[in-house]
Amino acid sequence: MSEHTPNSYMNQPDERGHFGQFGGRYVAETLMPLILDLEAEYRKAKADPEFKAEFDDLLEHYVGRPSPLYFAPRITEELGGAQVWFKRDELNHTGAHKINNCIGQILLAMRMGKTRIIAETGAGQHGVATATVCARFGLPCTIFMGATDVKRQQPNVFRMKLLGAQVVPVTSGRATLKDAMNEALRDWVANVHDTFYIIGTAAGPHPYPELVRDFQSVIGREARAQMLSRTGRLPDLLVAAIGGGSNAIGLFHPFLDDPEVKMLGVEAAGHGLDGDEHAASLAGGFPGVLHGNKTYLLQDEDGQITEGHSISAGLDYPGIGPEHAWLKESGRVDYTYATDDEALDAFQLLCRTEGIIPALEPSHAIAAIVKVAPTMPKDAIICANLCGRGDKDIFTVAEALGVEM
Amino acid sequence: MSTRFETTFAKGPALVCFITAGDGDTAANLDALVAGGADVIELGMPFTDPMADGPAIQAANIRALNKGTKTADVLKLATEFRARHPQVPLVLMGYANPMIRRGPEWFAEEASKAGVDGVISVDLAPEEDQDLGPALRDKGISLIRLATPTTDDKRIPAVLKGSSGFLYYVSVAGITGKQQAAMASIEDNVQRIKSHTDLPVAVGFGVRTPEQAAEIAKVADGVVVGSAFIDLVEKHGPDAPQHLKALVEGLAKAVHSARKA
Ligand SMILES: Cc1ncc(COP(=O)(O)O)c(C=O)c1O
Repeated sequence: MSEHTPNSYMNQPDERGHFGQFGGRYVAETLMPLILDLEAEYRKAKADPEFKAEFDDLLEHYVGRPSPLYFAPRITEELGGAQVWFKRDELNHTGAHKINNCIGQILLAMRMGKTRIIAETGAGQHGVATATVCARFGLPCTIFMGATDVKRQQPNVFRMKLLGAQVVPVTSGRATLKDAMNEALRDWVANVHDTFYIIGTAAGPHPYPELVRDFQSVIGREARAQMLSRTGRLPDLLVAAIGGGSNAIGLFHPFLDDPEVKMLGVEAAGHGLDGDEHAASLAGGFPGVLHGNKTYLLQDEDGQITEGHSISAGLDYPGIGPEHAWLKESGRVDYTYATDDEALDAFQLLCRTEGIIPALEPSHAIAAIVKVAPTMPKDAIICANLCGRGDKDIFTVAEALGVEM
Repeated sequence: MSTRFETTFAKGPALVCFITAGDGDTAANLDALVAGGADVIELGMPFTDPMADGPAIQAANIRALNKGTKTADVLKLATEFRARHPQVPLVLMGYANPMIRRGPEWFAEEASKAGVDGVISVDLAPEEDQDLGPALRDKGISLIRLATPTTDDKRIPAVLKGSSGFLYYVSVAGITGKQQAAMASIEDNVQRIKSHTDLPVAVGFGVRTPEQAAEIAKVADGVVVGSAFIDLVEKHGPDAPQHLKALVEGLAKAVHSARKA
């Protein structure tokens, strides 16, 4: 592990949950005492070897960690530049990185004596992961999902129901992820006494961005150790897709104090940044306050939140975790974007060259690699987070490619 | 010189009325509320993501935004209200993002020019006071904070610090428009809060009828009603003013009956 020097990029947030000017705790008063309790309990859990042992044990035997670090020879050859390596978090139980965080949060919920779990979901991946850990620990679970997404993501809705979750379609607003999060917050305000909210990305009021990052950092810690043992050195570039930013911060964080490692976060540019049909909050948004934190948001000149668009339901969110907002302003991490079409091409490229069907979210990361790998020397190393598998997306991809199933 | 809040609450329990700006004929509806006996007006600033509100106020926000209501329109409604009703305290209530979008100083300046007395920012916790509090206090605008059943004695001082005008006690842990809390719990909590402050304490969430309002007015300095008005605005559209006036008259009579003769 790197040294945490006073100038470290790793000692954020401050004690008030601020990452520079971002983050914080912007919630209704009803939730404030609970958020403060959660923070106190998290501090205790973080220092408790038993908590860590239980978390590690579940990740190993239930989730299937460590996930492999895989050198991808044929895509490397096809792109003709840097070596492309993938951190295979799509091989996790439930098919994405989301479960790492859910394991950590449900252990916290039980420590706090909470007996009911709620969560929001967009594509349904976080909903499935939450329903999974709730089944594993026998806690009742309610998942809020925009009615539009319920229609688009029927297989995941059925999975959640099989796992015993109640899925509540949310019809307010445009009935997508943002509205699902509003509804989860409304439920939480009314049920604070017994309910724990498992937030699915590294956003929300402090301490969520910090604790989600910590739980997801297993990705970067493993990748760092695996890369060192396989190649004897650190990668030159890390690449990850960004919705709220949890898989990206999980990969990046353990490398932040390694100055030789560059990092690239990839937002979803939908139909392009010229219009409103994208979900790139850093590239096309402004700082503001939503869902408990201050961060970059897609919004109009009056501060009304605008709806994002991405072919990937998991990236279709008008905000981004506050630590990314800060890492962008500090210059430590670079951020770029990929359009729907570029992601679709990258999706097919990985299928064809490596025999791996990626989720549409990491397909955005692969799209960025397609651009950057050829500009780098052949002995350079790119490590990308393959944070989800594509089974959930085949219907969406078929439709986009004009294929009838 | 005493503030409009001080003058109003000095008379005894006050009726505080909330409607959403841009939903229906807001100016006419505001006039009806005042004509019916409203003591304090809370004008809701519409927001795309009203996380602490129930279905009625959510829908009012969306109706207002779909009609194209902008921040400038809300400020204009406030300015014109102030010109028509020089004595009635006016509060802007909403969520933090539209208030800080152009910077807190801009918002405080505009609210001040519009004659606004107080601001409630639902998701601006006291912990994040820096984003709005200093700018408002600088302009002499009260930052009105919320206390809830989960706000324990340890936390009340933090909530009170930097707040003025009155304190809004949200009587249920939940969203707007749902059922009312038990009277016993309201009385206990108001007593508890009042042991920490001389600010008036107004109680809201779930209050719809004159009977409820009369009970609360016996133990608190103000009664806040919102969703019941919003329902009338939705149901009656352009005819809402007469219905609002009728409801307010009943509520005001109930609240004012607790005033000492
Ligand atoms: C596979 C996958 N990757 C990425 C994301 C985006 O979330 P985050 O940016 O928090 O990793 C999701 C969200 O649903 C997802 O399912």
